[in-house]
Amino acid sequence: MRWATRASVHIDRVACAWLIRRHLDPEAEFVFVDDPATVPADAIPFDMRGVDLGHHGGDCTFETILRRYEMADPVLWKIAEIVHEADLDDERYDAPEAPGLDVMLRGLSMVLADDHQMLELTAPMFDGLYEYHRRGLLLDRPPA
Amino acid sequence: MTSTGPPDVGDAGLSGRWVLLAYRLPREPSRPRIAVWRKLERLGVARLGDGLVALPTDARTREHLDWLADEISEYGGTATVWLASPSTAGQERHIAATMRAARAAEYQTVITEAGVAASAGEVERARVVRRLRGELRRIARRDFFPPPERDRARTAVQALADTVAPVDREPEQERA
Repeated sequence: MRWATRASVHIDRVACAWLIRRHLDPEAEFVFVDDPATVPADAIPFDMRGVDLGHHGGDCTFETILRRYEMADPVLWKIAEIVHEADLDDERYDAPEAPGLDVMLRGLSMVLADDHQMLELTAPMFDGLYEYHRRGLLLDRPPA
Repeated sequence: MTSTGPPDVGDAGLSGRWVLLAYRLPREPSRPRIAVWRKLERLGVARLGDGLVALPTDARTREHLDWLADEISEYGGTATVWLASPSTAGQERHIAATMRAARAAEYQTVITEAGVAASAGEVERARVVRRLRGELRRIARRDFFPPPERDRARTAVQALADTVAPVDREPEQERA
């Protein structure tokens, strides 16, 4: 399946791409566009104005995707809180990781060549974030 | 510009590129209106008129106003987002000065609160340091034309923090 989003990806789009590839569509192929009008007809748009997989009711796109695809994994919802705060910074959740994640991604986007490289290099970070919070949930306290 | 207006900030930080949000929301219900108003305050927008706000444009400010425009549409209002440049540098300087004065007042509140807390007990001082550091972060996020009060506020909060023993020192002292 092809998925399309705005170019110059940041936290929400990077996290959504990881979520899609790891948990929805392992074969996912990503297209980055500058103008919403140029989304290919066969691609599912996400994190763009006016599309279904966008911000709704105060949720960021990561949360919207979890809702639309009925993903109940509590670890993903924990990551959703971090992504929400890093993206919207509205203090709906207590996510102390968020400002750090935001800065790291902004810095990376300054030195990396393109959006594909950004997804490639940040995927292991989200894998790690997932594993950390998975263990934390099982132990019911911060792991290690 | 009149002499009673905010101080002129010169050309520091002026890019000539702004993102504008023009919006209308139904008068009732009031909840969405308040929600939008609070989000705009948090972003530190310049209010150019009724339902017209502006921010210096960058990837983050543009994205925030884009999503807010969508949210306003979901509330049953109408919103458009524009990229604009002022026709004269003077107008831009005036708006920047207004925004800078608004942030200066917020930093001044932090300076005052840090001063008041200096005479409180250590537990209270530590609590105020945590709160004011959060407040400094929030103000900095919407501070596009930093006033001198920014550094004074940071210094004031750090001075207060220096009167509080770091939490991670306590176990060491116990061991010693």
